[in-house]
Amino acid sequence: MRGYAGKFLEVDLSSGNIRETKVSEDILRQYIGGRGLASKILWDRLGSRWSDIDPLGPENILLMLTGPLTGFAPGGRICISGKSPQSNGIVGSTVGCEFPIDLKCAGYDGIMFFGVAEKPVYLLIKDSDIELRDASHVWGKGAKETVLTLVKEARHIFGERYSGRGIFKEPSMLYIGPAGERLCRTASVLAKWSHAAGYGGYGAVMGSKNLKAVLAKGTGPLPEVYNMEKTMECINRIIKASLGMELFRRWGTGSAGYTVGAEQSSEPVMNWQEEWHNERSFGVDKFELFWVKKFWGDFGCATTCLKLAVINSGDFKGSITDNPDYENQAYLGPNLGIFTPEGNIYLTALIDELGFCGIQTGNLLSFAAELYQRGILTKEDLGGIELNWGDAKAFSELLKMIVERRGIGSILAEGTYRAALKISEIKGIDVTKYAVTCKGIAIGAHGIRSGKDYPHYVSYPCSVQGGDHTSVAYIPLDHGNSELRAILYDSGVVCWFNFFSEEAYGALWGLMEAVTGWNITPEEWFNVMARRILQIQRATLLLGGPDLRWDPRIHDDVPQRWYEPLTKGPYSGKAVDKARMRENISEYYRAVGWDERGIPTSEELKRLGLDDVDKKLDEIRQTLH
Amino acid sequence: MSKAALIWIYRDYLRCSGCRRCEIVCSLKHEGKIWPEASRIRVFMLIPGIEVPHLCAQCQDYPCIDACPSGALSANKETGAVIVNKEKCIACGRCIDACPGKVPFIHPAERYAVICDLCNGDPECVKVCGEGGWNALQLVRGSAGYNAKLYAKTPEEITRDLAKVIYGEEMAGRI
Repeated sequence: MRGYAGKFLEVDLSSGNIRETKVSEDILRQYIGGRGLASKILWDRLGSRWSDIDPLGPENILLMLTGPLTGFAPGGRICISGKSPQSNGIVGSTVGCEFPIDLKCAGYDGIMFFGVAEKPVYLLIKDSDIELRDASHVWGKGAKETVLTLVKEARHIFGERYSGRGIFKEPSMLYIGPAGERLCRTASVLAKWSHAAGYGGYGAVMGSKNLKAVLAKGTGPLPEVYNMEKTMECINRIIKASLGMELFRRWGTGSAGYTVGAEQSSEPVMNWQEEWHNERSFGVDKFELFWVKKFWGDFGCATTCLKLAVINSGDFKGSITDNPDYENQAYLGPNLGIFTPEGNIYLTALIDELGFCGIQTGNLLSFAAELYQRGILTKEDLGGIELNWGDAKAFSELLKMIVERRGIGSILAEGTYRAALKISEIKGIDVTKYAVTCKGIAIGAHGIRSGKDYPHYVSYPCSVQGGDHTSVAYIPLDHGNSELRAILYDSGVVCWFNFFSEEAYGALWGLMEAVTGWNITPEEWFNVMARRILQIQRATLLLGGPDLRWDPRIHDDVPQRWYEPLTKGPYSGKAVDKARMRENISEYYRAVGWDERGIPTSEELKRLGLDDVDKKLDEIRQTLH
Repeated sequence: MSKAALIWIYRDYLRCSGCRRCEIVCSLKHEGKIWPEASRIRVFMLIPGIEVPHLCAQCQDYPCIDACPSGALSANKETGAVIVNKEKCIACGRCIDACPGKVPFIHPAERYAVICDLCNGDPECVKVCGEGGWNALQLVRGSAGYNAKLYAKTPEEITRDLAKVIYGEEMAGRI
């Protein structure tokens, strides 16, 4: 087996037992790693009882998985997965950092966490020297304090244990903030200051297990590859393509906070009441003034699309974050009526510090603000906060209520969709129409009403990861925007942003073969392998539970808001056409082997060798008539 | 160009993107593998956002060579690099203690000290850094003279200095 370290770690947090385990070559050849392998592991271990498993209960399994291409493909990335407390299905949520490199160099392709620790703990890894340690002193602490404390502590421990060998380089780490500890369903798993696996809500899963952080230092080389010369040739082709993306390298996605609104009219503005703005105050020329580091990247990346932003004066002094990238710009900017870099950087930095996902939580804040705008939530309901659009300080106060689960914060901590159900019940009015989500997952900051951005009608309704803008459905299935491509990237595990060009994408297939030695053709991937992963994810999404289940006839849909026409900008009047939506959805169902109710067909599942999934889905087939 | 001329690697830390491609090419050149912990240049990140490429600064007086009890270290007269004789090295760590920047380290799998050899005059790390346009590492022809030793600093010291400028005193005091 090439490209893999060859071993996985199983950590039983309830008993404290840590053991090594292996996954057969046959399974790895079929599911690769990351999101694909997560789907297989979760289905095998939890599939038969899926609807009964509480994502925030002891039975859920938290996975941190690399893939064979991790460390070789430019830009290190790891996939976090488990049963999602947002969708109740499986989400593959990736984050860039050096942690997966250290993990593979330590000899492990991934970690599976079971059970719940009695007290807060963190896992410390140095090659095969692995232990669970007390994390009580950092429990409740924000990102900065957690990182600074644990990195120093780990270096001190290893510096003494392995003295005489020179300065011990810091381990890489993944961690959660207070949002994850308090089981906020919009919590992310973080790396560095602000890199985050946000979609899926795995910060809350980590918190439910009393697991504050994982630190790893691997001192070995990356695993042997099948053909090193060819591996480097492919890496260099990808890098060359990256270096050609001049403006993307300089601005990252940080220019989109202006253009996705002004040019494409697809940016959330005040909870998607509009998708157009042309505020020059929100231009990349204004943002770059705050970038103290203009190129910031993860292991092996030539694109380095991240930037380090610091505010050194004024009301928001002391804010530190990356970029912000487009998603955070949009969701914590125009979406909240904020059109200045300062307010946006401040809120993004606070979101990071508390361990929230900027997309999920920005969506949640704007949902609350719209309810306030409409008088549905009052100042009293909000604990005295006047939640006016554009008031960054007011939004920061609400964030604190959410993370502390104070008053309305306790309801909002369940995420936009669940909060909408609860508030509808309390207020006796349907407020779900203001929840811009799909399958419990807030939709990424790319709208479809203008038709000028990359997502289209089926993108979110048919995605197995709901509102995830990095994993959208699309036909043809091998298209750059197809979910089967996202599954490839997330299983590799590689960074999508290095594969925009056809040249780089072509080199990715070469890299797959050069690293693993397996001859996986795009045909096999799109017809068989990715389809298997997609169907397992779809099956778990339909099984759902225990608190919510999805009926595709109702929930395979865009948010109701998108049936309302845009009223501002060049695409004023544009809305989603319901009849066309149903047609496109039917067409997509047929393309991926789902029946007219959206359930994977027996024929498709048997073709893929997923007989057990087929059998389990009989439960759904009987309930949906 | 002649591969063997006196050179020095200038480092501009604030430009370091943390991409660690220097570690990749260095370990490929010296180990034939991607091996960050065996790279002659190691990028420390004691505080996120402050990435510190750490490598030999080629002090004029070579305290490491003086400290070596087994005669394993020598200066390459043409490039100025410190050359480690793996056979003679006993991995005692005296060179690490003697280095003002604690730059050398013991190879993660074998028993010898690892020090940048300047790729015999044509350093791979500088090439990839320049290719990316970051230029955190730049090739200087000739010697840095007496100033070279100022760059022989520990990652902690460099990080504290940079943190003070970027993030302020409080953060700088945390490592």
